[in-house]
Amino acid sequence: MEGTLGDFRVSLKTRPRYIIEDKCTGCTTCVTYCPVQYPDAFNQEISDNKAVHVFFSQAIPLVAYIDDSCLKLKENKCDICSGVCQTGAIDFRQTVQKTDINVGAIILSSGITPFDPSVKDEYGYKRMKNVVTSMDYERLLSSTGPFEGQVLRSSDKARPKKIAWIQCVGSRRVTPGDNSYCSGVCCTYTQKQVILTKHHYEDAECTIFHNDIRSFGKDFERYFQRAEALPGVEFIRSYASVEREIPDSGNVVVRYATTDAGVKSQEFDMVVLSVGLNPPKAYKEISQIFGIALNSHGFCQTESTNPIQTNRPGIFVSGAFQGPTDIPESVFTASGASSQIGELLDYRRGKLARERIYPMERDVSGEVPRIGVFVCHCGANISSVVNVPSTVDYVRTLPNVVYAKEQIFSCATNSAKEITDLAKQKGLNRVVIAACSPRTLEPLFRDTLREAGLNQYYLDMANIREQCSWVHAKQKDEATQKAKDIVRMSVARASFLEPLLEFDLPVNKAALVVGGGIAGMTCALSIAGQGHEVHLVEKAKDLGGMARRIHSTLEGLDVQTYLDNLIQQVYRNPLIHVSHEAAIKRVEGYLGNFTTTIETEGRVKQIQHGASVLAIGADVYTPTEYLYGENERVFTHIDLGQQLALGNQTILGAESLVMIQCVGCRNEDNNYCSRVCCGHAVKNSLKLKEKNPDMRIYILFRDMRTYGFREDAYRQAAELGVQFIRYTPEDPPVAQAVTEGGREMIRVVVADPILGQRLELDADILSLAAAVIPSASVHEIAAHFKVTLSPDNFFKEAHVKLKPVEFATDGVFLCGTAHYPKHIPESINQAYGAAGRVLTLLSRDTVVASGSVARVTENDCVSCGACITACTYDAIEFYDTPKGKKARVNPILCKGDGLCNAKCPTNAIILKHFTDDALLHQIDAAITKEVRTNEYRS
Amino acid sequence: MCSGRVDLEFILRAFSNGQDGVFIGGCKLDECNYVTHGNYDALANTYLAKRILAHIGLDPGRLRTEFMSGADGNLLADYTDDFSKQVKKLGPLGKTEGMDGKQVKFRLDAARKLIPYLRLVERERLRVPVKTKQAYTQFFESEEIHRLFDAIFGDRLAISQIMMLLGETPLPTSEIAQQLGLNPSAVSRHMMASSRHGLVRYDTASKCYTLA
Repeated sequence: MEGTLGDFRVSLKTRPRYIIEDKCTGCTTCVTYCPVQYPDAFNQEISDNKAVHVFFSQAIPLVAYIDDSCLKLKENKCDICSGVCQTGAIDFRQTVQKTDINVGAIILSSGITPFDPSVKDEYGYKRMKNVVTSMDYERLLSSTGPFEGQVLRSSDKARPKKIAWIQCVGSRRVTPGDNSYCSGVCCTYTQKQVILTKHHYEDAECTIFHNDIRSFGKDFERYFQRAEALPGVEFIRSYASVEREIPDSGNVVVRYATTDAGVKSQEFDMVVLSVGLNPPKAYKEISQIFGIALNSHGFCQTESTNPIQTNRPGIFVSGAFQGPTDIPESVFTASGASSQIGELLDYRRGKLARERIYPMERDVSGEVPRIGVFVCHCGANISSVVNVPSTVDYVRTLPNVVYAKEQIFSCATNSAKEITDLAKQKGLNRVVIAACSPRTLEPLFRDTLREAGLNQYYLDMANIREQCSWVHAKQKDEATQKAKDIVRMSVARASFLEPLLEFDLPVNKAALVVGGGIAGMTCALSIAGQGHEVHLVEKAKDLGGMARRIHSTLEGLDVQTYLDNLIQQVYRNPLIHVSHEAAIKRVEGYLGNFTTTIETEGRVKQIQHGASVLAIGADVYTPTEYLYGENERVFTHIDLGQQLALGNQTILGAESLVMIQCVGCRNEDNNYCSRVCCGHAVKNSLKLKEKNPDMRIYILFRDMRTYGFREDAYRQAAELGVQFIRYTPEDPPVAQAVTEGGREMIRVVVADPILGQRLELDADILSLAAAVIPSASVHEIAAHFKVTLSPDNFFKEAHVKLKPVEFATDGVFLCGTAHYPKHIPESINQAYGAAGRVLTLLSRDTVVASGSVARVTENDCVSCGACITACTYDAIEFYDTPKGKKARVNPILCKGDGLCNAKCPTNAIILKHFTDDALLHQIDAAITKEVRTNEYRS
Repeated sequence: MCSGRVDLEFILRAFSNGQDGVFIGGCKLDECNYVTHGNYDALANTYLAKRILAHIGLDPGRLRTEFMSGADGNLLADYTDDFSKQVKKLGPLGKTEGMDGKQVKFRLDAARKLIPYLRLVERERLRVPVKTKQAYTQFFESEEIHRLFDAIFGDRLAISQIMMLLGETPLPTSEIAQQLGLNPSAVSRHMMASSRHGLVRYDTASKCYTLA
């Protein structure tokens, strides 16, 4: 790679696949005939695959490739695959391809590599047959895994009943070969594996040997509780080592120590090593090629003010190459990187896009239904269970079906083309695809219909995979009968489908950002940086939010200087309009066209905008525990940080200071972890030790959750003599104000689990890790914008992993601590992520609204208003007609849930595409005359 | 469409077609991806439909609604297996209940005619103010609601059935009572009311009621 921002030239080398992608249909016939058995890399080499194979079942594109184990390539011996391939897709003449591309910016999303425990003898991996890694286990649990979802020992194919997980393998250790940092994801993925194992096998006995349980992610605390509460699941807090393998049984003995029982050994059928995350294998090459700096761990070096930017302008980093991260962070950093590139390359936006032109839509509304049915094999996914040819024969006998055909993969490009061609040739006016769930491929097949000049709503999908072949693998005859039933129902519905129009709605190009903290300001700047006006609404007099009370971060950021700079950028940006002391009064409209009424500094103002970002932040819990508010020696961590920045001599000169973690959360009222407090405690203790090395500092904790690189700071604090004492919620510390020998202090009594006795800690200062709690205004804001809340009253995103900055309500986005407590760099990541999603909306001139909305047959409406009360979206209203008041649907606001349809006493309101006619005929077709009469006779 | 779109007509039509069991799957309660929580409507409809089934002598266990997320494929499989077992145990529709197919269909069709009326009543008298599963269960399983439902549904079902019978042929009160297994005095009360409403008329010559 060479060049600079705006003009990079990258040479790419593509290894040959030896398969012509366009010709391969993914039918896997070649795989069946290939004679070479070779360990399957995707299944962790537990099972074998062939030299020619599809890498994994959801690979994109879903076509085969030939790897180095191929006999033809190695010894020029075999050519069977070329012979069996029906489409002539095999091509051994392919060579390494070099391509040069010219780009303006680059995103590095090279991910991570799982830690390899075979580098160290002590883990027993590869040395003992039944020691596996969590990645191996992940594949064992998978239905596309080595034993098709059965958890078996590869050594003897026996099902392990007693399974142990050992946590922190390769992580949180300073020994050579291990990583000093915490990988951050292993606690929760292990809990997931335990829950799945118990789901597979009720009698499984699962033991987890762990250090701290780090359930710091959103909803993770509840998830941990769920895993822990399962019968036959035991969490044991102990370092554990793999002791030996028992020769006959192949079982593995694990040695561990607990405070109650001392050193013990236990035998397990299988041991799972919960391996951590290493930087990508090629991190050195990546750093050299792209000229970017790495940190001491081999991950990308970034600044906490913008963790998406590398040290080289124009090159960005997203995902776990930033450092160990979970899925939601990976998703929003990806979106964030796109937003930052948008800021750089906005002037070229849309220049490479080409408009898709469809043929004219044929009006078939006057024709009788002519249905074409395509039954998909899905490779072997469907056809290995369902008899596809027999299903096709049956379908041909159904009313209105004029054509039926089987396809290997209906979703393949050539199959879609075939559907289009046949629809034209045979004069089809409705199409049924009997294949998979409409969730993924309905958009593709709708597109196929448009290509054939048919309205896209003339499509119905019959799901004979997820709801048939995948669940009835062992009952082939019954599954075939069921597939026929499903298709018959689909055909019945298809006759009643109607052509529907989708709307193009204009998009207002401005954004509204609610909340002027770090997240809100960062998001506003990134949106404005791409040429869009932003209305930034802040409830306080000044911008800054919670960050006003934070002075430094563990990474060493001077928060106040950074914040002042950020605020200046906001005020100086001509596209950002800030409203102070503002309250949201009313929100009307919908995706692309919102009107928000606010009251700001005594005036009422209306804002027109296309997108909304909710970045309202969070509050700090005011402790009622531990003498807070009663005794001036008791602080919260935030207060303490502020006092340290002010140079409070009483605190800096203290002889002894105690911190108590988890105050106001991880309890019944707030059943979640506030995520940031362990980091804050360590940060404050390091600051104190720096100023006053003699100070005795005690941190009373439940689980230290210094995930990621923060682990290094935790270790440093311990090395500097900060004492960490674990307590349990059943026996929490007790604080009492005492005066002894003229010295006023707080006496904290806590049980020491290691020494097994009660410790009395006399502290000059007591600092409490007060929980981060949802903003007081969260309910009000949620109601205005019609968005939902999670059980803990933080904003609920559309999907916790895959859509972490979007709401289910279209056009509304979220970022920052209103989503869940998080550190400043994480908030910044998410703010850029939200900006990226906002831009995908605002950069368009129009958005498309679904055609499946409700409509009213005016003559049948009796003005009872049942539909109006049933609608949550205010999409239905009365209007005056010569025949009196009648209900009317605003199709733009209607979300197509159809609740009104089920409430209307006269069936005057109908949900299009899911009409009574269509659905009742589908219900009628669920049972055949033969079945009905037979049953009544019996 | 939302599970709340599954209306009473869908459920009763399926039974009327001769299905032995009906299963409704919805998203998890309180985890609506929108703001509607329409799955509570599905829950309310389920309770109503069960009440109707019980009223016409069919086992309410033939209808089941379960809530699960898109990731709960295994739960769906479990529920389906369990429900299939249960329905198999109950046998063909009407068999355990001691009715023949014709009778079952007759009663279901009479009930289906009342759906528009039930929709009106539901809105006014059978709506639960709080959206929690507990509140719904308590409400719909309370004696008071059972009584209320029987009061508003019972008579109308009888009348609906009478109208269907008379639609085929004129009949005397005694014959109607016998065919529907009703008390003759109740039937004549219904007949009086119905002729007042102009729905039926009495033919003195044949001593039969006929549709007006």
